Amino acid sequence: MSDRPTISIRTVPSHLGRRRLVNTIMLGITGALAVAAVIPLVWIVAHVAAEGARFISPTFFTDVPKPVGVSGGGIGNAIVGSAIVVGIACVIAVPVGIAAAIYSYDNATRPLGIVIRFSTDVLSGIPSIIMGIFAYAVVVVPQGHFSALSGGFALAVIMLPIVLRTAEEMLNLVPRSLREGALALGAPRWRTSLRVLLPAAMSGVVTGIMLGISRVAGEAAPMIFTAFGNPFYAADITQPMATLPHTIFVYAISPYKDLHDKAWTTALVLIVLVLGLNLAARLFTRWRLKKMGWK
Amino acid sequence: MQVRGLNFYYGNVRAITDVNLDVPEHRIVAIIGPSGCGKSTLLRTLNRMSDFVRRSRMDGEVLLDGENIYGTTVDVVDVRRRVGMVFQRPNPFPKSIYENVAFGPRMLGIRNRGDLDGIVERSLRGAALWNEVCDKLKESGLALSGGQQQRLCIARAIAMEPEVILMDEPASALDPVATSKIEDLMRELRENYSIVIVTHNMQQAMRISDETAFMNVNNQRSGHIVEVGPTKRIFTDPQQKETEDYITGRFG
Repeated sequence: MSDRPTISIRTVPSHLGRRRLVNTIMLGITGALAVAAVIPLVWIVAHVAAEGARFISPTFFTDVPKPVGVSGGGIGNAIVGSAIVVGIACVIAVPVGIAAAIYSYDNATRPLGIVIRFSTDVLSGIPSIIMGIFAYAVVVVPQGHFSALSGGFALAVIMLPIVLRTAEEMLNLVPRSLREGALALGAPRWRTSLRVLLPAAMSGVVTGIMLGISRVAGEAAPMIFTAFGNPFYAADITQPMATLPHTIFVYAISPYKDLHDKAWTTALVLIVLVLGLNLAARLFTRWRLKKMGWK
Repeated sequence: MQVRGLNFYYGNVRAITDVNLDVPEHRIVAIIGPSGCGKSTLLRTLNRMSDFVRRSRMDGEVLLDGENIYGTTVDVVDVRRRVGMVFQRPNPFPKSIYENVAFGPRMLGIRNRGDLDGIVERSLRGAALWNEVCDKLKESGLALSGGQQQRLCIARAIAMEPEVILMDEPASALDPVATSKIEDLMRELRENYSIVIVTHNMQQAMRISDETAFMNVNNQRSGHIVEVGPTKRIFTDPQQKETEDYITGRFG
């Protein structure tokens, strides 16, 4: 025992009143900041809805743009174009991203696994406009003209790290015991990953893909160098194609009030489509989890 | 199945020293011993699940039908097909009951629905689970109780018609009723399979096994088999002082 005087904890006053007050204040601060964090979303959606909803009409979704001053006209070509370009991006990024995620998951400590993880982290930090210039150099220039294909390629490169990293993280969340169970039945590693781990991680992987889609569906910068835009409906992916964010960009920088209004409406359509897609993905994964009994 | 002169190393640490063990056909061999003595490690060397332990190596032989499963010409996938495994915690796949059992046969290329139906029914009957699940084969395996899940995992293993089944404390996560069902099941499985079970529960070893191996750590903290013999003799007339101390609870 030391000679230092000791106190009995029981004699220390508990300051109950003060503790309650501090607790209330802290709760108030965190609550207020939590509300502040939601404000941007509400504000953006409300503003875009208020500005955009004024000019919405059924033909806005189906018509192609009309010259300034002519009434009517829509963005049907850009809606279809965005779907095609994002579709191309998915066709490239999803299989590559998932396959690479499986490899990286299975070989986390091997050199290639480490390289994959490091390089995707770097890739996800590269500004999207650079991806546009890159796609311009490797697809547009050899091809000789702008095309939906080059746009899809640029978006695929942006999407790839998002899909890859979420897929890998989701695979890591699958209990190791499932992997052992499959391997102990004599399943080769590729089959274990593809048939057991990937289905088990599917809801998370789908969420990752949706995140990727939401991210790239709104990319305007790469489109300037790639898909470029097209005032008509187009289905040929080797040709230029209109997309929603690029349409917003072009309309917004134009000097005409009419086009500014259409830019707002297009923005509203883009937001609703992306949010709708997200919602659908969430409902899908919830339904799937329930079906698998994971809840 | 015979184990001959097996040593297993984690890095430079020898976890298992010079193990020799015979697993006769249609017999249940229990491995008992204190925690950390290498029981599970030994079990995992018997179907090469130990291959996945990083920076580990082993020497010695594990003979299956006289052939060393660590031989250079042996396909590890084939070894695991012939030596099934049931884990401590039930680990059914997040698939339907049917697909859990059909997973292995599908992997071997069996596509015919009738064949698969037959295998699934036979395996679930073999695991004493058929009557409880026959009307809900499409439901998720995860919707079953813990004991049912473990029997599903056994059904999944015997769907591959292995020669040997390894069980790593298969009942330790289950309640007494489920445990007793698993033990009844093991006695039935003995008719067709050789079984190696690791257990912490000495009463369980006594109840179900034909032979018992007692493992302990030596003075270099490496696991080895102290004594192996017919279960009855090990528990009534142990030849080693260490074994006697352990089974009478004077260990430590």
